[in-house]
Amino acid sequence: MNKIIPVLTMLAVIVVLWYAAAVKMNSQWAMDQAARAEVELTFGELVKDTLSQDRPKLPAPHQVVAELWETTVEKKITSKRSLVYHGWITLSATMLGFGIGTVAGIALAVGIVHNKAMDLGVMPWAIASQTIPILAIAPMIIVVLNSMGISGLIPKAIIAAYLSFFPVVVGMVKGLRAPDAMQLDLMKTYNASGGETFWKLRLPSSMPYLFASLKVAVAAALVGTIVAELPSGAVRGLGARLLSGSYYGQTIQIWSALFAAAALAAALVIIVGILEKVVLKRMGMAK
Amino acid sequence: MKKPVIDARGVDLTFQTNDGPVHALKDVNLEINKGDFVSFIGPSGCGKTTFLRCIAALETPTGGALTVNGLTPDEARKARSYGYVFQAAGLYPWRTIAGNIRLPLEIMDFPKDEIAGRVEKVLELVDLKGFGKKFPWQLSGGMQQRASIARALAFDAEILLMDEPFGALDEIVRDKLNEELLKLWARTNKTIGFVTHSIPEAVYLSTKIVVMSPRPGRITDVIESTLPKERPLEIRDSEEFIKIAHRVREGLRAGHDA
Repeated sequence: MNKIIPVLTMLAVIVVLWYAAAVKMNSQWAMDQAARAEVELTFGELVKDTLSQDRPKLPAPHQVVAELWETTVEKKITSKRSLVYHGWITLSATMLGFGIGTVAGIALAVGIVHNKAMDLGVMPWAIASQTIPILAIAPMIIVVLNSMGISGLIPKAIIAAYLSFFPVVVGMVKGLRAPDAMQLDLMKTYNASGGETFWKLRLPSSMPYLFASLKVAVAAALVGTIVAELPSGAVRGLGARLLSGSYYGQTIQIWSALFAAAALAAALVIIVGILEKVVLKRMGMAK
Repeated sequence: MKKPVIDARGVDLTFQTNDGPVHALKDVNLEINKGDFVSFIGPSGCGKTTFLRCIAALETPTGGALTVNGLTPDEARKARSYGYVFQAAGLYPWRTIAGNIRLPLEIMDFPKDEIAGRVEKVLELVDLKGFGKKFPWQLSGGMQQRASIARALAFDAEILLMDEPFGALDEIVRDKLNEELLKLWARTNKTIGFVTHSIPEAVYLSTKIVVMSPRPGRITDVIESTLPKERPLEIRDSEEFIKIAHRVREGLRAGHDA
């Protein structure tokens, strides 16, 4: 209970500020319209108008909520205007990309930890890959893959994987190197093979690091998918909703897509968090 | 004549560091026979741990000859002829106590039906019967260290190497564990190499006390204990005990002045 009150207070402050900003930003349009129609607006009429425009500069919270409600609950989920439909398109590419990124990240980390050449050679490239703006590389990947006849889910998933493998590599390299010299010496006194040391010591030791990375990676995968949906002129997915909203000045649609994406990201991070709790608890490593 | 279990002749070890070579061990000669309880005592940097690690093939001497069971240390390690207990218990937090003791047995491919029995047996040896299903964090530091000794005993190695196993424990727990270790040694007849920096601990436990001194690490005195094999804790007040402890102290001081 004592957690809910501060959270609700912050939320109330944000909503109040949002309404104030909406009134301020949308009032110019309302006054221009009134001047054209040669009518005088009272303050009450002005406020009412700024909060109910079709294409406001900044939609009011209730407009976004109404749009969200309409496009998730009232629309059939097969409809092209349903956010659930678009959310699913984005989610499926996100999950595929997250999966590819995680597997690639773990594989690279295993290589880096066990192979001197990879240790020296791979990490700089992995870091360099993340310094390239994803907005610059995403269209190229899509164009290249398209010319190879691959389109739709796969290119988006690859861009999602491109963003999500990195935190997994960094976290897993750290995690696989977590065992200290004493624990490694102990394995040596047993004359354990590299494989046994990996499965019985390094991998279990790395679990807390893995889950911390996965939380970052799953959010990054979602961002990657949405970015991939922007330049391809995609007609499906949350990214496409953002793009078409900005084409047609549908700010309410943009904001509701943004909130849908944020909610999806939050849900994914929470699911990974729950998984982390369950696994670490079963391993006796929960704090 | 029986061959010694551990035979060191002129063992030398120089570490190459960034600050130049460090002479960790110089001309170490020592014979350890089967069933001996040998303590290595000396100030930090005297090479006592390094010598134990050489026996375990965790370090390689740069000179001299060292054999374990007539083999080179590395062959002995591969033959799994010793159990090693570190200063920290180092139990895996994701395994239960029984799971931790199973670890070496799994790695050494013991038959499945034999493993449970062995775990039970060593748990009883270290007085941890009934704690097999607990996780390490549920046990006190002393109990964790006992579990790590059980882990080293599980595969029946003839030699037990212990590197300051009770160094991090308080005096009262240490006394109790010392007493138990002696009983365990009497029951199992293992050869034990034991590193410590406590004079009473070394005198109380050992049949042979190796006094070492630093820069370069070398042996300054080897004392054959005249104490009986049966040793109650009260023996530490006996004249015999005090005499041996005095000689150890003298040896440590001599090494310090040199």
